[in-house]
Amino acid sequence: MLAARNLSVSLSGRPILHDVSLSLQPGEVVGLLGPNGAGKSTLMRSLSGLIPFSGTIELDGRNLAAMSDRERAREIAFLPQARAIAWPLSVENVVRLARSPWRGFGALSQKDLAIVSDAMEAMDVAALADRPVTELSGGEQARVLAARAMAQTTPVLLADEPVSGLDPAHQMTMTGAFRRLAGERRAILVSLHDLTLAARWCDRLVVMAQGRIVAEGKPADIMTSERLREVFGITAHIAHDECGMIFAPTGLAANS
Amino acid sequence: MLNPILGLACLLLTAASLLVGPADLDLASSIAGLFAGGDAAAMIIMQEIRLPRALLALTIGISLGLAGAVLQGLLRNPLAEPGLIGVTSSASFGAVAIFYTGLAGASLYALPAGALAGAAVSVLLLLAIAARNGATLTLILAGVALTSLTGALTSLVLNLSPNPFASYEIIFWLLGSLRDRSMSHVWLALPLMALGWVLLGASARALDALSLGEEAASSLGIRLSATRLLVVLGTALSVGAGTAVAGAIGFIGLVVPHLVRPFTDRLPSSLLVPSALGGGALLLAADIAARIVVPTRELNVGVLTALIGAPFFLWLVVRARRELF
Repeated sequence: MLAARNLSVSLSGRPILHDVSLSLQPGEVVGLLGPNGAGKSTLMRSLSGLIPFSGTIELDGRNLAAMSDRERAREIAFLPQARAIAWPLSVENVVRLARSPWRGFGALSQKDLAIVSDAMEAMDVAALADRPVTELSGGEQARVLAARAMAQTTPVLLADEPVSGLDPAHQMTMTGAFRRLAGERRAILVSLHDLTLAARWCDRLVVMAQGRIVAEGKPADIMTSERLREVFGITAHIAHDECGMIFAPTGLAANS
Repeated sequence: MLNPILGLACLLLTAASLLVGPADLDLASSIAGLFAGGDAAAMIIMQEIRLPRALLALTIGISLGLAGAVLQGLLRNPLAEPGLIGVTSSASFGAVAIFYTGLAGASLYALPAGALAGAAVSVLLLLAIAARNGATLTLILAGVALTSLTGALTSLVLNLSPNPFASYEIIFWLLGSLRDRSMSHVWLALPLMALGWVLLGASARALDALSLGEEAASSLGIRLSATRLLVVLGTALSVGAGTAVAGAIGFIGLVVPHLVRPFTDRLPSSLLVPSALGGGALLLAADIAARIVVPTRELNVGVLTALIGAPFFLWLVVRARRELF
């Protein structure tokens, strides 16, 4: 459904992405891994159409660059890593902003409001609906913003480190909610640093380093100790149990 | 509830503004004079002196309040105000240049035209800069630089001014006043201000989305460059036209959004109408006060808004620092 081919991005004359090709299918959660500065956020920004790129991005065969901003916002939701909210808006009002690509000039419809309240339920922030979002903890804000991205009801959701700063229970809340979205035939791309969580949560992993995709596939196939050493510069104990893989970093790799 | 109250305040203060002045008119002859009855003197005072003054106070106040609320939303910064992007100071410089060249006496329209030209040049400069580098921070910094530059140019004109009387006239104008304005000033400024209000109002939805930051707003389908264009042009038209006929009037655009924000749900779009009405009410009140606080001599309303506005703003900051962010 979302297909990027030969994507290259330069920011202020510095090349950040080199010739990246990637596709997302409906119903899958794809994990984007890679060390800091590998180009994960830049890839997500270009996939959301927020920054200029060379190459092509197609959505169900339609060229992303030719779509209007509003059309694009109905197809792709982007949850940025930065969690800045400028004003003490209520949680509910923040989540309602998700409906702006869909609404006309009038007030929000009953359907819009139902979508908003479902998203707040899914992210476990319904109880906070009337609280000013600036008074919440970082993890609570992260869930509110994730609910905002969900409530945009787009076929594609790109989330940049959505689980960082969440307590273990709410990491499960969020991964569960994203899995349910995938169950509704949406395509989800998440970047994250927790290798164990990535391996258990995602259907497929994409590993980036220095602006390129260096590996792509099922966690068990690509998350080898050689790759951890080459890409992440660590040695790690890797175990398998009935639910998936477990990674326990043990030290820095000698040649990194 | 907030909007009807502020609307009513605007109406009452407009009426009060019409009833205040050095000419000792009673209520009956004031009303008669306003609606083309009664004696000729009352009619001239009401229709040609007090009515334009009240209308300008209302509409300039609306422009300042609205532009302040919109700029705070666009820049996601509670300290933003119309003066910040350099429009007020450029308009002032345009007017000062007209004073210096002596054209001010040639036509009633020379001074406002100079101020509007100043505002227009500053906006074109800002847009050119914004087109090269679209960041909002660039817009703020360019505005600050423009404010300093036009301030320096204004000082240069004062420095070069041929005689003390000319300098006095310039300084007096820079202080901002609504005194001795005519209906011609109203007809000159009002269409431009109204157009500016429409442009500023059109940015409301985008400002709400911008609460989440520029990236999230773009991903919600907001075109940031178009929003910046709307806001800069709208501010230039509404505030530029106001400055053109009344000189620089500060602090209204900064203070009013803060005053009304606690009574709204804090969405930038919810703030626009209350800020506009609040700005109108506040400038009307300030202009009435400017006429009556010192019985023997009228104050410049710009001095008064700064005298009350600056300490008040400081108090706001200290009292509700948390509220700002």
